[in-house]
Amino acid sequence: MVAQKSAKQLFSVTLRVWRQAGPDASGQFVDYPATGVNPDMSFLELLDVVNDGLTVQGGEPIAFAHDCREGICGTCSCTINGKPHGPGHGIATCQLYMRSFADGDVIVVEPFRARAFPIQKDLVTDRSAFDRIQQAGGFISVRTGAAPDANSILVPKADADLAMDAAACIGCGACAAACKNASAMLFVAAKVSHLGLMPQGQPERNQRVLAMVQTMDEAGFGNCTNQYECSAVCPKNISHDFIARLNRDFFTATLRSAFKPTSAASGGGAG
Amino acid sequence: MAKLDPKIPAGPLADKWRRHKTEIKLVNPANKRKYEVIVVGAGLAGSSAAATLAELGYKVKSFVFHDSPRRAHSIAAQGGINAAKNYQNDGDSVHRLFYDTLKGGDYRAREANVHRLAEVSVNIIDQCAAQGVPFAREYGGLLANRSFGGAQVSRTFYARGQTGQQLLLGAYSALSRMVGAGGVELHTNSEMLDLVLVDGHAKGIIVRDLITGTITRHSADAVILATGGYGNVFNLSTYARQSNATAIWRAYKRGACLANPCYTQIHPTCIPVSGDYQSKLTLMSESLRNDGRIWVPKRKEDAKKDPASIPEADRDYYLERIYPSFGNLAPRDVSSRAAMRMCDEGRGVGETGLGVYLDFANAIKRLGEPAVRERYGNLFDIYHEITAENAYRSPMRIFPAVHYTMGGLWVDYNLMSNIPGLFVLGEANFSDHGANRLGASALMQGLADGYFVIPYTLGDYLAGQKPGARPKNDAAEFKQAEENVSAMTRRFLSNKGKEPVSHFHKRLGKIMWEHCGMARNRAGLEAALQKIPALREEFWANVRVPGSADTLNQSLEQAGRIADFLELGELLCRDALTREESCGGHFREEYQHPDGECKRDDEKFAHVAAWEYQGEGKVPLRNTEPLNYEFTKMSVRSYK
Repeated sequence: MVAQKSAKQLFSVTLRVWRQAGPDASGQFVDYPATGVNPDMSFLELLDVVNDGLTVQGGEPIAFAHDCREGICGTCSCTINGKPHGPGHGIATCQLYMRSFADGDVIVVEPFRARAFPIQKDLVTDRSAFDRIQQAGGFISVRTGAAPDANSILVPKADADLAMDAAACIGCGACAAACKNASAMLFVAAKVSHLGLMPQGQPERNQRVLAMVQTMDEAGFGNCTNQYECSAVCPKNISHDFIARLNRDFFTATLRSAFKPTSAASGGGAG
Repeated sequence: MAKLDPKIPAGPLADKWRRHKTEIKLVNPANKRKYEVIVVGAGLAGSSAAATLAELGYKVKSFVFHDSPRRAHSIAAQGGINAAKNYQNDGDSVHRLFYDTLKGGDYRAREANVHRLAEVSVNIIDQCAAQGVPFAREYGGLLANRSFGGAQVSRTFYARGQTGQQLLLGAYSALSRMVGAGGVELHTNSEMLDLVLVDGHAKGIIVRDLITGTITRHSADAVILATGGYGNVFNLSTYARQSNATAIWRAYKRGACLANPCYTQIHPTCIPVSGDYQSKLTLMSESLRNDGRIWVPKRKEDAKKDPASIPEADRDYYLERIYPSFGNLAPRDVSSRAAMRMCDEGRGVGETGLGVYLDFANAIKRLGEPAVRERYGNLFDIYHEITAENAYRSPMRIFPAVHYTMGGLWVDYNLMSNIPGLFVLGEANFSDHGANRLGASALMQGLADGYFVIPYTLGDYLAGQKPGARPKNDAAEFKQAEENVSAMTRRFLSNKGKEPVSHFHKRLGKIMWEHCGMARNRAGLEAALQKIPALREEFWANVRVPGSADTLNQSLEQAGRIADFLELGELLCRDALTREESCGGHFREEYQHPDGECKRDDEKFAHVAAWEYQGEGKVPLRNTEPLNYEFTKMSVRSYK
């Protein structure tokens, strides 16, 4: 293995990058040749190098979103050769390494495109719609200091594991960018399933799913037509099975909210 | 000279916090909404503080430079969070967690603060479990635990290898709930660029909107900074690329003391550097050391060989050899230095010789590959993505990297800095970890500060401030601070330099790593104190910042942060030079025992060094706060 790595071949590629000066400007693709590419370099490190070159030559660097560079913060968001997060499987843009490409490749780099993600500049988009969905119901209402002893809430291991599978979502938006309907169902399904699988999440389960789905619709995301492009590009491999769970929860909650008797005193607190 | 009163409550150690809570002043519930509180940063400490203060009824304004609070770098913490729950019945207690943390910090933290941290650790787990954080469970549904570096009990709670992510998403959900309820006004893509003082009290901040470039002024009754650590002064680190010290550094330049900047943590298990284009180092969770065994070849000649071809008899499991009682779980500073010594002896592995093996062959034999996969699968995947190597078949290569900074803004027991009204939480303060932080303690401290300390101690300050008396943001102090920020922006954009910002960051990082990294000495630090000011001068003469001020301009953002690091790095070296002893993460080669362990000097250095800004070009003032150990004996830290 060590021997393999020392035979490293540097190579050249062309980056064909979407440049757009601002939200209302029109954009276009611009080609940037990159030489001396090391296969162990990350894709974002190549963008760093290209940007430093542009700066020195008097150009303006390519704006791109990034932060942790270890696949967990969900900031990085490039569509590479038509696929959100690029050719890898189960990785974010920052975890893509140049060894995935070959000498002479033309690599097309675009922002995540979805109606609810307006472009701010070049490869940077506004994904605050996801925050608004969370603010509508992506939580369990527990006041700090009011919690019972942690082991008084038993969670079957299978449920905790499944909840964790859903909770692994990094909120990057690749699911919506990959979907032809720009649907955010996988994102919403992940949060609804995570909390819905835990006993702590039961009291607000119905109102949560209704509020989150409503906010998702208002933000301009489309509907799911079961193509599963979302889970195919998800950097955390979140399964589209959770969408089925979301649909079940939504259906149940809709029925319950229509027929559930409510107390005349509901909404009032203790006097 | 700054007045540094730690305000540690009187009384027996275990009663201090309880008594303090009952004795400090309260704000009437009807008055809380009349106070506005600014919280900068939305990691564990910032999100938990903003959410909790809003629940109490304060009007909270939360500022974060990320596009969403969920992106803060707490999200990347892998291993776990400590709590003295003693759910495993293995002899843990609040006192033991207190003692381990204090000892782990090499007796350079305040007893009272550390004890409080251990006390509230149990509440944190309760809180997070109630929020729905999907902690690992046993088959009966109870919470699972594991052990972590520097501890002999299993007190670490975890959510696979993504504990920080899940805890942050818990705090983010609490924050989101309060944003939805109108209790928190959330400002994303908003970077704090100056602190505003009115009559000596912190009463506001100046903020740049990173998308539009607009500069705005925000006034408040108190300001809370929870903006993380300054490890990116080394350029290469496990920090997120944009993590920066700008908020704390600009507060320092307004008079807040910066304490113990030389206490930096080098984490032993990171993926080694591969080339000079590198932008970041990736951590492999310390939890790997529970089952992985660390070794290098016994003979130099074997260092370049395929590890599989090196027989057991020719391997040196050096941590197990040198520290038999802690073995591979020795604390981070101890393990990192041991790895460095192996590489210095020429026994380091990999292409650069800067690496040691972390081997799972034994664990796979003992537990089977599926069990190892269940525990560490995501970490093995990360390793594979970065190196294209399969760690189930051959050992990982790891090397230490900068990971955390124990130093930070000085705060008293109430987490208030020496500037009244300025509070500092989480990694941004200096308070609880002494000279070295134990694994799984950062998440604990961030959440302790935000959920369970500041909600009490903020009231004590605000009760002394008249409701509705905060200054207007057209006061002269705000105008002056805004002009300060605008002038710096103009200076960057009109500079006719040639080199990009990253050029200077890389060079600063090299100076810091070479002279102020894992091992430091007088000559090296003195050299760094020559090189850094020279580099800073070159930066201002030759940096090129393209683009304009009124749009998204990442070069401009980065320029401001690196300008601050070029000053902070110098202070870090100055602190390291002045502290003539070795303790925890601060290792001075001149002060070591014959076996290479830290030689502390309690007579001369059992104190906090809190640096006070004296103006541009002037040597800062070194204030000290003595550390009085009333309840614990300061012993020599031994992990053998």
